[in-house]
Amino acid sequence: MTREITGAQSLVHSLEAVGAEVVFGIPGGAILPAYDPLFDSTRVRHILVRHEQGAGHAAEGYAQATGRVGVCMATSGPGATNLVTPIADAYMDSVPMVAITGQVASASIGTDAFQEADICGITLPITKHNFLVQSADDIPRTIAEAFHLAGTGRPGPVLVDLPKDILQSLTRVLPHEVWPPTLDLPGYRPVTRPHAKQVREAAKMISGSRRPVFYVGGGVLKARAAAQLRTLAEMTGIPVVTTLMARGAFPDSHPQHLGMPGMHGSVAAVTALQKADLLITLGARFDDRVTGKLSSFAPKAAVIHADIDPAEIGKNRIADVPIVGDCREVINDLIAALVTEPRPDLEAWWRALDGWRRTYPLGYDTPPDGSLAPQHVIERLGRICGPETIFSAGVGQHQMWAAQFITYEHPYTWLNSGGAGTMGYAVPAAMGAKVGRPEATVWAIDGDGCFQMTNQELATCALEGIPIKVAIINNGSLGMVRQWQTLFYDQRYSNTELGTHPDSPRSGVKRVPDFVRLAEALGCVGLRCESAGEVDETIEKAMAIDDAPVVVDFVVHPDAMVWPMVAAGSSNDEIRVARDLAPDFDYSGDTEVNL
Amino acid sequence: MRTTHTLSVLVENRPGVLARVSGLFSRRGFNIESLAVGPTENADVSRMTIVVAVDDLPLEQVTKQLNKLVNVLKIVEMDTSVSVQRELLLVKVRADLAVRSQVLETVALFRAKVVDVAPDAVTIEATGTRDKLDALIRMLEPFGIRELVQSGMVALGRGSRSITDRSLRAVERSA
Repeated sequence: MTREITGAQSLVHSLEAVGAEVVFGIPGGAILPAYDPLFDSTRVRHILVRHEQGAGHAAEGYAQATGRVGVCMATSGPGATNLVTPIADAYMDSVPMVAITGQVASASIGTDAFQEADICGITLPITKHNFLVQSADDIPRTIAEAFHLAGTGRPGPVLVDLPKDILQSLTRVLPHEVWPPTLDLPGYRPVTRPHAKQVREAAKMISGSRRPVFYVGGGVLKARAAAQLRTLAEMTGIPVVTTLMARGAFPDSHPQHLGMPGMHGSVAAVTALQKADLLITLGARFDDRVTGKLSSFAPKAAVIHADIDPAEIGKNRIADVPIVGDCREVINDLIAALVTEPRPDLEAWWRALDGWRRTYPLGYDTPPDGSLAPQHVIERLGRICGPETIFSAGVGQHQMWAAQFITYEHPYTWLNSGGAGTMGYAVPAAMGAKVGRPEATVWAIDGDGCFQMTNQELATCALEGIPIKVAIINNGSLGMVRQWQTLFYDQRYSNTELGTHPDSPRSGVKRVPDFVRLAEALGCVGLRCESAGEVDETIEKAMAIDDAPVVVDFVVHPDAMVWPMVAAGSSNDEIRVARDLAPDFDYSGDTEVNL
Repeated sequence: MRTTHTLSVLVENRPGVLARVSGLFSRRGFNIESLAVGPTENADVSRMTIVVAVDDLPLEQVTKQLNKLVNVLKIVEMDTSVSVQRELLLVKVRADLAVRSQVLETVALFRAKVVDVAPDAVTIEATGTRDKLDALIRMLEPFGIRELVQSGMVALGRGSRSITDRSLRAVERSA
């Protein structure tokens, strides 16, 4: 007699077979059948989060730190809709993730049943693909397809919606007997091998260029091509810029690294792109935060654009040499093609680059009143915790400072929400990263605004034994928005004051909430640091605690701003190194360089 | 330059595919002028004929983004010069005894046909290119159009080659 199992058992066995070691989720009515066999699974660890958004970002953090597909689970209706933000986030940042949602019973779909939401319809524009499973027999194949789609080609989120009756029904299709199931994805054929002719053409252009730049994006990390990139960069001597999504893809300490380009990029990186005659774009997508006003971006540059997603090529900027392929294969082929090409003569270019780098290094002012500079806190965090530490960030000023002032030496040590700009990403993403890489120290660098969106996951961390560390850069306001109000709205601080600061301008409001006491209430160790003299000591104290999550309330100066800055919609040529201070581009160090 | 393009899109015959395709057009800011969906010679595959008015460069974006949809198997642009493009028109025209012969004359002129007759109206069926159907409508307007329905355009390449050959084999292989 053939054995029969339930759809729910099939789901759990399929997750085991596909190698999912951890699922972040919360049960509820429609997904409940799945939680019963999950209770017995010895191979899939379920981590009970406090909010589905936390589950989604944790799955993202796990995926970004390990390169494996992250998994989150939620029930139907509000459970599923709470996953929408992390799904959108994963879609924008190409994070491999599978979201499993319960759905009301098949017969009730479309009737506005209790906790019904058309989550497939809702996530249509923010998933790489989604499935509404219609038979328990299809579960193994669908799970295999979901993981395949999420993790291959341009990675992204895939949602699998499972009606309750499908989870409860019996099936004779046993995952361990059919694994690996035959995938039925005739329309999915990602191109990973670059075209040899295009690579040869690119190699010729590189060899003949005088002012080339490697414009490196997150695709290089997704392709796990950091080592290959380094070989390519060193054999050509060409400068490298790494975007917000690519921090860590090339060592910051490397002499060829000019830093991050974009709205808050280094002057050297932004200017190098502007003055370049060739952009060798690897896994980047000419995002508006990098290009500034598109029509004036890198006006003299020819463009080689390599990306695994053909739709990215030519989307924002026309490519002279388009290369569709996986970045690791593209870089390997470029290395092979460049062996026979002469190395470009970059002496004059490097003189100019070094001039900009020397004249406009990243920097910040120490507040005259002796209060804490947020940049100093972040710089010390990077220095004391070391390059093996994984940092995740929320969104805003602290994120930009964390991208600027920490020296990233290794790939997958910087996790953030780049494309979507999701406040609240840091804490749950750090939790996911720590689960995936338990041996690593994981710090969430968060803002006082961001932290208040998802800090409930610290309870998860405390109870599940996930000792992450959180540095709250507490300036008492929604800092980046406030910075724009300072610069563009006549310092009218409409609704950006949060009251988390001891010096809150709101009368009678002080430290609401008190982050130290909040941390303690959530089962964490709470520390506070309010002066420069205490920074190192506080960080070391946090580093010494490894049996509980730690939250440090770094009370920083409220007026610090992120510089350099290119105002939204402006040309990158309009970069300001500080308020009302434009770099002098004609100055190029001690040597005359005609660009 | 802004021009009209006709795309033949082969898709997997599954629930929700039309929503995926039409949703993609709207969220990427492309305007669908006409859309027709129907079965093909293979039961697992449907064919959409989509007419869009876009600049040449965004057209490339349209096809690339469409290609990213997992259920989309193949996209071919149907050039008017090497394809047959047709729309179907059903139109109910006021036609009492006084003008019926004039209406029928117009029908004959356009090689259309009458598919239903009532004492004071006729329903006319016509196929053709958009230009031809527009011309027919203009000629019928003076009689009084009571109701009109038009299909999206369908198109097929001229000659013996089929756009379905290779991709259909792919579907069969994996089935």
